[in-house]
Amino acid sequence: MASIRQSPYPDLLPDFRNLGVIARVLVAVNVLAALGVLFAAPTPAGALEHFVQAAAYLEPLLLLQLVALAALSAFISKLRYWSGCAVIVALAMALTAGYHELVAQVSTEPAPMPVRSIILAGLIAAGLLGYLRLLAKAYSPALVEARLQALQARIRPHFLFNSLNAVLALIRRDPRRAERALEDLADLFRTMMSEPRQFVRLADEIALLERYAGLEQLRLGERLRITWELDSAPSDALLPPLVLQPLLENAVFHGVEPGTATGEVLVRIERRGDRVLARIENPYVEEQQRRAGNRMALDNIRERLALFFDAEARIRTSASDARYRVEIEMPYRPANP
Amino acid sequence: MINIFIADDEEPARERLKELLGDIAAEVPTTVVGEARNGLEAIERYPQSGAQVLLLDIQMPGIGGLEVARHLSSLEPPPTVVFVTAHDRHAVEAFELNALDYLLKPVRAERLAAALRKASSPGREQLARASSAPREYLSVAERNRIALVPVREILFLRAEQKYVTVRTRTREHLVEDALIALEREFADSFVRIHRNCLVARAAIRGFERTGGGGEDEPHWQVVLDGLEERLPVSRRQWPIVKELVSEK
Repeated sequence: MASIRQSPYPDLLPDFRNLGVIARVLVAVNVLAALGVLFAAPTPAGALEHFVQAAAYLEPLLLLQLVALAALSAFISKLRYWSGCAVIVALAMALTAGYHELVAQVSTEPAPMPVRSIILAGLIAAGLLGYLRLLAKAYSPALVEARLQALQARIRPHFLFNSLNAVLALIRRDPRRAERALEDLADLFRTMMSEPRQFVRLADEIALLERYAGLEQLRLGERLRITWELDSAPSDALLPPLVLQPLLENAVFHGVEPGTATGEVLVRIERRGDRVLARIENPYVEEQQRRAGNRMALDNIRERLALFFDAEARIRTSASDARYRVEIEMPYRPANP
Repeated sequence: MINIFIADDEEPARERLKELLGDIAAEVPTTVVGEARNGLEAIERYPQSGAQVLLLDIQMPGIGGLEVARHLSSLEPPPTVVFVTAHDRHAVEAFELNALDYLLKPVRAERLAAALRKASSPGREQLARASSAPREYLSVAERNRIALVPVREILFLRAEQKYVTVRTRTREHLVEDALIALEREFADSFVRIHRNCLVARAAIRGFERTGGGGEDEPHWQVVLDGLEERLPVSRRQWPIVKELVSEK
């Protein structure tokens, strides 16, 4: 059934394999427990003792919940948002009930009232889902913003008009090459103007890189030399769209165009265990302060990586030996075949 | 027949301009007598090319088109410059301010023809004012060529009677710019130490106190990197110089 509300950003269930989500849940539940104890305890000293007791009861249950959610996340992520939420809340309550049963059997101490705990677990689960949803919503304007920036800043007028000019120069001499160049330009623009998608396959982003590189090569000729190291690039890895292309564009704009000599650019993408590493290097031209705008593209990408991978992705830049490097590290998420 | 010189860092862009010049040849007959791939080449080759019109790209590595125009404006006669640019807001503003002619890339044949037909030489002053940004080079007009002195190699600039002496580690040149204009243009990198002298801030090694014997009043001197000569700091400039240098 098609959704009635055509929101471009549907609510997403949290990914319980994500470290950021796990950390947030752990912290939130423990803070709640501490607050609850602080309210109930007669004296501050008693509060600590109470908290330790409560933690001894709570932590194993909490970890159990998280392990269960992580294990079931593949199944849960297939559900629609509200059914997913219902399943998560039910799971939290059911696990609490089971845990209660277990504690009652092995422990001599009187356990807290089961019904109260089960309801509390359900409420906390629902509360956390609400919190995570708000969090995602808070980021979502950033996605819109990032998309707008991608549209405006990425299509550097300088690049567009110079590319069109280069194609015009080709039309009489080499019509076939001119055709290919226009097709590349069309593909590039299609991607830049496309609706924001969830993820793209690395293979698609690499194809985009190559189309872009072809156009720049046309314009700059021998001044641009790109070395591709893509042999161990996992083509099925998922990543946010337009993460690598702006970096290559920056490399050309800041590192190659301002120089008269041949500019060597390196593009290396590889998989290392469950991480995907991408590195783009270009000659570092210190005197080119006039070319601003590098920061903005980097901030834009950093923000989108955070949106898609939370704390699990990193972007670093460094300059040494007259080379400027940007490195991205993100989790390897293969696309479903 | 108009002799034309083309300066653009992108080969396809130069080719395109040549194609267009061919297309409008019946209307405006031209010959391309020279080409350059960057600003330095343009300054080096243009003076001997025998061209009257320079089609000049703005965004080029090394020396940009606006600065190239400033240097070439000291030639006799100065070139007729038609700027060519892909969209660049600042460049366009600069032209409109100085009423210089420019073409937007991709260039249309009829626009190019029109620009060449009315290619009246813009005044030297207009070319010289094409850009207010500090130059990367100072130019010294010699008979049929223009010698460039990189600004970052200059140790000091000193006004003599009619000219300004430009001192680098290895050589001395004379330029026609006024010291006061140079001071304004390079305010970020040079400091005035005397009525007639500007020194490069980056080259200042330290100061020496001297004199005091006889009638000579004691005064401060600047020690510059790699230069034997000491330059006197006037009493009036000393507090300013001291302040600026201690900020470093």
